[in-house]
Amino acid sequence: MIGHNTLVVLLGCAALGAASGVVGAFALLRGRALLADAIGHAALPGVVGASLIMAGFGGPARSLGPLLLGAALSAWLGLLALRALTASGRIRPDAAIGVVLSAFYALGTVGLSIAQAMPDAAQAGLSHFILGQAATLNESDAMLAGGLALACIGVVAALFQPLRALCFDEAFARSRGLPVRALDLGLLALLLAVCVAGLPAVGLLLVVALLIVPAAGARLVTRGLPAMVVVAGVLGAAAGASGALISTRFENIPTGAAVVLAGLLGFGATVIFSRR
Amino acid sequence: MTEFLRLDLPALLAAILAGGTCGLLGSFLVLRRESLLGDALSHAVLPGIVVGFALTGLRSAGPMLLGALAAALLATFAIGWVKRVARLETGAATGLVFTGFFASGLVLLEVTGARGADLDVDCVLFGQLETLVWLEAQGWASLLDPAALASLPRQLGLLASVALVAGLVVALCWRPLQLVAFDPAFAASLGMRVGRWELALNLLIAAAAVAAFESVGSILVVAMLVCPAVALRLMTDRYRVQVLGGAALGAGLGAAGVLLAGPIPAALGLTASLNAAGLIGTLAGFVVAGCLIARQRPAVGDARS
Repeated sequence: MIGHNTLVVLLGCAALGAASGVVGAFALLRGRALLADAIGHAALPGVVGASLIMAGFGGPARSLGPLLLGAALSAWLGLLALRALTASGRIRPDAAIGVVLSAFYALGTVGLSIAQAMPDAAQAGLSHFILGQAATLNESDAMLAGGLALACIGVVAALFQPLRALCFDEAFARSRGLPVRALDLGLLALLLAVCVAGLPAVGLLLVVALLIVPAAGARLVTRGLPAMVVVAGVLGAAAGASGALISTRFENIPTGAAVVLAGLLGFGATVIFSRR
Repeated sequence: MTEFLRLDLPALLAAILAGGTCGLLGSFLVLRRESLLGDALSHAVLPGIVVGFALTGLRSAGPMLLGALAAALLATFAIGWVKRVARLETGAATGLVFTGFFASGLVLLEVTGARGADLDVDCVLFGQLETLVWLEAQGWASLLDPAALASLPRQLGLLASVALVAGLVVALCWRPLQLVAFDPAFAASLGMRVGRWELALNLLIAAAAVAAFESVGSILVVAMLVCPAVALRLMTDRYRVQVLGGAALGAGLGAAGVLLAGPIPAALGLTASLNAAGLIGTLAGFVVAGCLIARQRPAVGDARS
């Protein structure tokens, strides 16, 4: 029997998975999916910093909204650092991603070691942001993350045609007078929003998989972008929900790991299906 | 002074060896434009480590190293396979494979109960430099006493062996490695089997990642592999400076991280001691940022402009 709280968490994770699949489809086609790895890791110092600041003001240290805001801010800084590195012309994007994700994550662990020494256990639960723990989410947390995810899907639906032009034919998009730079930035913001929304449930280490795996699977079995986006959303939702279900049943299994493995099962199925 | 030998020296040595080895090998990753592989290998070795550990239950380095190398090989082939069957670009295929390996490693860690023994998820995430101690040290004389030396943390043995092998390989294969790193097409035209050289380098990097993993954890290995190499890449075009400088910077960052983890919070009036592995990665990030800024404002008279 599934309790009310668990049901809300499952629905939240399904919404997250769907949003990751949908946004991941565009990110994958644009060759940006791996940025999610940098975004996820770069969010850690923001989460820890926000918690330390709130504890300093005597506020509730574990209220999810401010933590996610901090996550988004530091992930944005990470993306700026990434751009500065690649703009030097000497560092390729993959090396820059390695630098940003490891240095920001390192800063986050230093912050965590400070938080752990705080008297009122301000850090309690912060490490869940690393591996994800859907089981510890309460109803309002799940609704916040799920709502953010649904908003992302809404934005994608509204911008579907321009984003499609951006991902398939940038030159064409330009010739049509589309604001390519703004669209690119918009896609980046969507990627960031989905990653940040996914942090509490899936964790920053593995959130990148949720953006790559469903989209990669969907591309194998579909023709045309609309079908790919829908299938990616469905695969993502299935991975999110089943991963969350597994981790609420087996407390020790981090949700992030369960979601990734569930997603990979789906990916395996699409590989087999596509070879027929 | 005995206090230093007992509590600080093992962590200091481990950080210097790990930073130096990763810094040395990282340059080859960055020069070969394979930095992502550093990220991938350091995550992908986890299931191998856990299985090696669980099968033998031994606290020895051998099975863990073998398991990790097997996992690294498997991951390398899996990336190639996924690229082919799913027609994905390298980055996405790599991301798909290494997250899968890492996730299975985490689940295996829970299922096999390797957790709690000597290997737990905190070690994977944050490293455990702080737990490396040498309680048998009585004084400086212990450094010459075989019995006392034998009680040094076992991680140091693995780190020292991998450092030695990596140093020897780089020293003995200095020219071929330069060709493979800078111009693989030319190297191939000379009859070198570039694929094999790259595989050998990748296995060496996986070995370094395993050895360093036990001290600094899986994610901060990436900082040690990529950051020093990128810092040098921003500052120099010379192969010798890049490779040797990367090793020196890595070792220096390791030492600085361990030595400053206590004093920095004390100076700020905090009671906490900072996570040494995290501090190493943080300092590495600052060094890269410093190099980037130094590069954007060239010194007066710099011809490059």
